[in-house]
Amino acid sequence: MSAGHSTYTPTSGLGRWVDARMPLPRLVHDSFVSFPIPRNLNYAYTFGGILSIMLVVQILTGVVLAMHYTASTLLAFDSVEKIMRDVNSGWLLRYLHSNGASMFFFAVFIHIFRGLYYGSYKAPRELLWILGCIIFLLMMAAGFMGYVLPWGQMSFWGATVITGFFTAIPLVGEWVQQLLLGGFAVDNPTLNRFFSLHYLIPFMIAGVVVLHIWALHVTGQTNPTGIEIKSKTDSLPFTPYATIKDALGMVVFLLLFAYFVFYLPNYLGHPDNYIVANPLKTPAHIVPEWYFLPFYAILRAITFNIGPIDSKLGGVLAMFGSIAVLFFVPWLDTSKVRSAVYRPWYKLFFWLFVVDAILLGWLGSRPAEPIYVVMAQIATLYYFGFFLVIMPVLGLIETPRRLPNSITEAVLAKNHGSAAAHPAGAAAAPETKA
Amino acid sequence: MSANETAEPTRRDFLYIATGMAGVVAAASVAWPFIDQMRPDASTLALATVDVDVSSVEEGMSITAKWRGKPIFIRNRTAAEIEEAKEVPLTELKDPIARNANIPADAQATDIDRSAGEGKENWIVMVGSCTHLGCVPLGQSGDFGGWFCPCHGSHYDTAGRIRKGPAPENLAVPTFEFISDTTIRIG
Repeated sequence: MSAGHSTYTPTSGLGRWVDARMPLPRLVHDSFVSFPIPRNLNYAYTFGGILSIMLVVQILTGVVLAMHYTASTLLAFDSVEKIMRDVNSGWLLRYLHSNGASMFFFAVFIHIFRGLYYGSYKAPRELLWILGCIIFLLMMAAGFMGYVLPWGQMSFWGATVITGFFTAIPLVGEWVQQLLLGGFAVDNPTLNRFFSLHYLIPFMIAGVVVLHIWALHVTGQTNPTGIEIKSKTDSLPFTPYATIKDALGMVVFLLLFAYFVFYLPNYLGHPDNYIVANPLKTPAHIVPEWYFLPFYAILRAITFNIGPIDSKLGGVLAMFGSIAVLFFVPWLDTSKVRSAVYRPWYKLFFWLFVVDAILLGWLGSRPAEPIYVVMAQIATLYYFGFFLVIMPVLGLIETPRRLPNSITEAVLAKNHGSAAAHPAGAAAAPETKA
Repeated sequence: MSANETAEPTRRDFLYIATGMAGVVAAASVAWPFIDQMRPDASTLALATVDVDVSSVEEGMSITAKWRGKPIFIRNRTAAEIEEAKEVPLTELKDPIARNANIPADAQATDIDRSAGEGKENWIVMVGSCTHLGCVPLGQSGDFGGWFCPCHGSHYDTAGRIRKGPAPENLAVPTFEFISDTTIRIG
């Protein structure tokens, strides 16, 4: 699994016995102890570890919550209230789970932006990136179905609107929607199947995460310079260097998580979801969870017909397209230089893209009024323009800054202010780095 | 190998292909029940008709019934509302089709073809589910005095026709009939 050959040597008799039969300790050692990491990783690279922890948090709290939850339209809302009021520590477990979902998405957005900034998706890491996109899609499915389970007004109407997307498909749309709902409207069959799938998907995510880490350990990690590891001085062993850095990142992240759980547990939710679902009354203003807002804004931005495609299908295609386009990023970016550190124009457009994504998120939370619709249309145009025009064209016309010869040279230049003066061999003992 | 490529297919080749095809058919026939179970079940389909008493619905009032888990709008329109809907030229409509399950599928979206028909023009019966993404529009509101969907801002007129906003079609008129002067059977 590791890029180099194994350095594991079992010390005990039992260790040798296991190693000859099922070398799991060797796999762990090679992947998380001796695995070489670039010496210049910064805190943006700790989010992979943070995401692993959040997946574990979600699975643990979710399994426990399922012991108290009832997936029936008659009982679901009350069973959630029972968890909040009667079940011992139920309130804590539920707030951990609901805020955990938000934290999971917050971390994954930073993880994706980090990948876009440092060009982590470029050859030979295309499959690594695509596996990440698949995890993101599965997370969205899990998040959406999980939000339906409390059976509040937002649960019900969110499910109605999102399954309504499929009616935009020509000819078979209605049939597909009925297949998803198990009826003509969101009802008991829908709730039951969503609960079943919501329980399944995290384990599918865990499976793809294994593939994601496998692919990562075949190609090795990228780093802020975007230059591959060339010599021993460019790398450090995973333990203790990455282990400790990841651990500190996790602690700080879990502090933020705890702040939300204990002080703002409902800040990221919607009060309408504390009203039991009513199929005859739509809330005045439907909004999805905050992490879907940018995509929701793109959906609503298409208010006009595009040739034979009506505005409804157009909106749905644009929304799915905004995620589908991520899968093609490795081939859309034509630049030979990996990291934005050495690409002045890409850096500018990247930060504009971050602002654009946040703006889309804010617009998604606004009511469908003309001024917001126009703003969402402009923001949607930039979103797709960034991937489909800027990425391919910029790679061809941009003059990148001079790349350092190695990671070591880049690190020393930063530490001493003069790169070229130091020969690469001068950093022969990176373990003593401050 | 090259000798085999030009040779006639053998009995073994035939058996391989036949076995493979049988495997594909078997896999598909096992997969189907897994998909089929997702479709609306017998109890859901059994809720096919409901009878609604509309004797208490005065002119200008509307009620909401429930059919197949969806709201059904039943509105007793005023003369002014009918007049308003009649005056709209068909060319101004986003969706010129009546979308009325009780008349031919290509009928025009005139006011009479949207309503309960000759003599019962004041009655309009529709599935209260926005044709955009399925929210329930609010009655007696919007720019055209009909319905307004709060989710994504679709405006329907007093005949339930889409006039403005993202919804592609007029509100659907379900299969229904007056089984007496005061009772409507939906479905």
